[in-house]
Amino acid sequence: MPFEALLATCLCYVALMFGVAYAADRAAAAGHVRWLDHPLVYTLSLSVYCSAWTFYGAVGYASRSGLEFATIYLGPTIVFTGAWWGLRRLVRVARMHHVTSVADLISARFGKSNRLAAIVTLIAVIASTPYIALQLQSVRLSFELFATSRPDEGGALGGTAMWVAGGLALFTILFGTRNLAADERHHGVVTAIALEALVKLVAFLALGVFVVWGLADGPVDVLRRVGDAAQDPRFADGWVLRPDRWTALILVSGAAILTLPRMFQVMVVEAADEDRLHVAGWAFPAYLFAMSFFVLPIAVMGAEILPEGANPDLYVLTLPAAAGQDMLALLVFLGGFSAATSMVVVCAIAVATMVSNHWLVPGWLALRRIPAGEGTDDLRGFVLNARRIAILAIMAAGWTYHQASGGAAALATMGLVAFTGMAQVLPAMLGGLLWRGANRKGAYAGICTGFALWMALIFLPSVGMGGDLPVPAGVDPWTAAVALSLALNTAAFIGVSIFGFPDPVERLQGLSFVSAVEPIRHSRMARGDDRAEPLLAMARRVWGTDAALRYFQAEAQAQGKSGYLPDLTPRFLTALERRLAGSIGSATAHAMIDRVAGGVALTVADLLQVADEAQRAKEETQRLEAARAELARTARQLREVNDKLTALSIQKDAFLGQISHELRTPMTSVKAFSEILKDPSITPEERSRFAQIIHTEAGRLTRILDDLLDLSVLEGGRAQLTVTAANLHDLITRALAAASATRPERSFVIDRDLPAEHLGVITDADRLLQVLINVIGNARKYCDAPHPAMRIRVRRPEAGGAVIDVVDNGSGIDAGRQSLIFEKFSRLNDPAKAGGAGLGLAICKEIMAALGGSISYLPGQGGAAFRVVLPARPPGQAG
Amino acid sequence: MQPDILMIEDEPNIAEAVRFILSRDGWQVDLHVDGAGGIEAIMDRRPRLVILDLMLPNRSGAEILLDLRRAQDRSLAATPVLMLTARGDTEAAEQADAVLAKPFDNEELRRMVRRLIHA
Amino acid sequence: MPERPLFLERASFRRRRLGDAARILPVLAMILMLVPVWWMPASISFATGAVWFFGLWAALIAGVFALHRALLRAEAIAIRAAEVDPDAL
Repeated sequence: MPFEALLATCLCYVALMFGVAYAADRAAAAGHVRWLDHPLVYTLSLSVYCSAWTFYGAVGYASRSGLEFATIYLGPTIVFTGAWWGLRRLVRVARMHHVTSVADLISARFGKSNRLAAIVTLIAVIASTPYIALQLQSVRLSFELFATSRPDEGGALGGTAMWVAGGLALFTILFGTRNLAADERHHGVVTAIALEALVKLVAFLALGVFVVWGLADGPVDVLRRVGDAAQDPRFADGWVLRPDRWTALILVSGAAILTLPRMFQVMVVEAADEDRLHVAGWAFPAYLFAMSFFVLPIAVMGAEILPEGANPDLYVLTLPAAAGQDMLALLVFLGGFSAATSMVVVCAIAVATMVSNHWLVPGWLALRRIPAGEGTDDLRGFVLNARRIAILAIMAAGWTYHQASGGAAALATMGLVAFTGMAQVLPAMLGGLLWRGANRKGAYAGICTGFALWMALIFLPSVGMGGDLPVPAGVDPWTAAVALSLALNTAAFIGVSIFGFPDPVERLQGLSFVSAVEPIRHSRMARGDDRAEPLLAMARRVWGTDAALRYFQAEAQAQGKSGYLPDLTPRFLTALERRLAGSIGSATAHAMIDRVAGGVALTVADLLQVADEAQRAKEETQRLEAARAELARTARQLREVNDKLTALSIQKDAFLGQISHELRTPMTSVKAFSEILKDPSITPEERSRFAQIIHTEAGRLTRILDDLLDLSVLEGGRAQLTVTAANLHDLITRALAAASATRPERSFVIDRDLPAEHLGVITDADRLLQVLINVIGNARKYCDAPHPAMRIRVRRPEAGGAVIDVVDNGSGIDAGRQSLIFEKFSRLNDPAKAGGAGLGLAICKEIMAALGGSISYLPGQGGAAFRVVLPARPPGQAG
Repeated sequence: MQPDILMIEDEPNIAEAVRFILSRDGWQVDLHVDGAGGIEAIMDRRPRLVILDLMLPNRSGAEILLDLRRAQDRSLAATPVLMLTARGDTEAAEQADAVLAKPFDNEELRRMVRRLIHA
Repeated sequence: MPERPLFLERASFRRRRLGDAARILPVLAMILMLVPVWWMPASISFATGAVWFFGLWAALIAGVFALHRALLRAEAIAIRAAEVDPDAL
């Protein structure tokens, strides 16, 4: 097939995958996840297990080792027969803890230790890089093989792997890091993978059918040929099964289905719930069965038909090509392409998640020392970018490895190398899920031991460094290495766990994992008081007993608990840490919480959850706060209005009562005496005297009505001011003269400072005179000194205007009543002396307010003392 | 000498009018012009009737009435009281034997006084 | 009603036995895959082995399929029973 046509086909296929992924993401975003969530889609997505290593390599493997190839698929089959009680539990527990990767699972189980997760991530990266390189290589090889014309020998094809790696990186970044969903699911990727799984399956089955019925004479013939292989010198030795290898391979492949990053991603992280395993439990083994069924026939027929020396790893392509079945060959090519690309994409997502969550983000946080829960957007953005960088780095590493290794032979075993590497995680994983006694130190010991042995005995030899394990004759070195590493790994894990003692976080997480109980909902059981109490003790040391108890009790109450020990939710811990930071600084608070609470606030998932929660809570609080403030404001306004109305009503009642009294009193005299006057028997003297009384009282009535009218005008702000320039000396003189009519029998000693009085003021002279008469009149009325005296002082303050003090030598006004004297009807003494309705000072106050000044009582002047303050100009009189 | 009537009223003109009206009926009317000392004046003079203004300086008529009714001497406490009020409200004078609103009718005053003294 | 308790007991019993079967199945599969290879590696490496392993494989798939169906049905019955009588579980 021409290179260009092949390239175009590939591009079309890739475009189809992009389209499918995009459509699925759109559908998921719109909430249409029914068919996306179908158990069959889930099952098909599990087929990323069948990478190019399966698609091309299985036939090669079978050619070399016969039935042994099946171990790679029998191991997962055994695991899936235990789906009901095993995998379902794994998925349930992992989803319960919002686990994002296999490293996250291990770290969550063992007390949320990020260092442990970082080690697991390291294994995953080391194991995955050559594996990705293997996929790139298979694509390159198939391309080289399939393209009949090569436009440029070195450049274009040497770059094939790079183009593939670049394209896959783009796809992965586009659909793998779209958002930072809390459940870490990628509908688009999964759907595309499921479609690719179908392509893989159809291609392989089509080839198998063609080989069995097209090239051979049906199954019986194929079986006969397989039987004949025993006599075939090419197969006879290699095909004989070695029990130790057989067992080790089944074990390792069974472990791989659980621990490979890409398998954990599709099987656990992308699973909406554990129920889909009801279908996947039989459907996935059936898929593996179908993929394996024709492997042996293809291997046998390839060896028979194809020339000696043909690469058995490429039989699947070369067989149909040799038979002239170009379309079938193209289909197979696309199947292989699918197998390689789907594996790379999922593996990149899974490993990138681990790298960003356990390497980049904690490192960044450690560098930045950001208090947990702050800078929501910042953190989210950083995590997404960290993943993108990690994806690019992983792709680049795979491509670099591919370019550096160059040879096909070195890569062939990479699948098994990756399997055995990730299998080192299995003891800690299984132990963590099944054994409450497993602890972090044990996990460290086991994983580190296994990792070191794997590096020394399996990985480094596979890349040509170091030698094989010196083993007795007859023992397979690879099997020995696997057995040794896994055995020592398990032994270290169990031994250290037995002799170590887990901290409280671990014990609680262990309980949650082993018993599959919700860590938060079953709060009393899973998150006991044994962590809250040390936190409380610590907080007490910082804040003092009462404050700490108050805070903890309030937090517990907010969670709906009684007592002093709240559940240690990430939110609570974050709030506590922030509060502590206010007292002792953020770094110390972080370290203290870390020490006491076991670093619970450290995992990225928790941080994100906190960030989300904090954001949501903040918005909610702000909304509620605004609403409550609005309500409170309205209530306050209503209350004020109500108070004002009530006060006004009371005031009005009192005012009316007062007016009634003030008017009825003179009216009583007028009425009584006018009745008496009707009596003809009274003497003329009496008559004239009574008429005089009537006249006086009528005048009093008039005065009261005048005052009332005056007051109402002034209070209503409708007073008409006639502003003129006046001399204070003249005004005071006139006021004294007018006021002398009040109790004329009393002679006052008037003390004036005549030169100082000659002050010009700009004001309403008549109104000011009214005030002065009132004040001086009051002094004349109420001064109770035997030798009454009055002192009048005038001065000009700096701001202009004038200050007039009128002080008598009487006993003054009680401190308690001083505030009342300017109120209406507040007569100080008997009305006979006052001769008015008690409105005088109230009117003075209103007048002075209208003039822009004030009148006030001056206490402590040796008698009643009033101060009248005039501004330079009345208000509203510009210029 | 024991007066027939003690009047406690701070308005001199009203006091004069009442005294003039009642003395023409033959009643002897004493006057006290302040709320303060009002109850002592009653105890001193032992009048047959007290005419009490509600609004008095220093001590209100209602308080004086209350003091009177609480007096140890039962006959003193039972002294009939005619309350004068200019406020239009009469509930402040509940314990009074009669209430007369200002401005009052001269005939009404005379009738009430007669009735209260002879009761 | 004497029938119902008997029926519920049977349903619960059946569910538990099915659960046991689900636990035993992987162990059984492992034994059937490992023992022949350890016992007679030479004779199982070729056509016989292919028939044996693929036959076993197909049987396992069918077995898991049947087992899961039965388990789901038994679970549904148990859940219905639990709705009637919470102690039945």
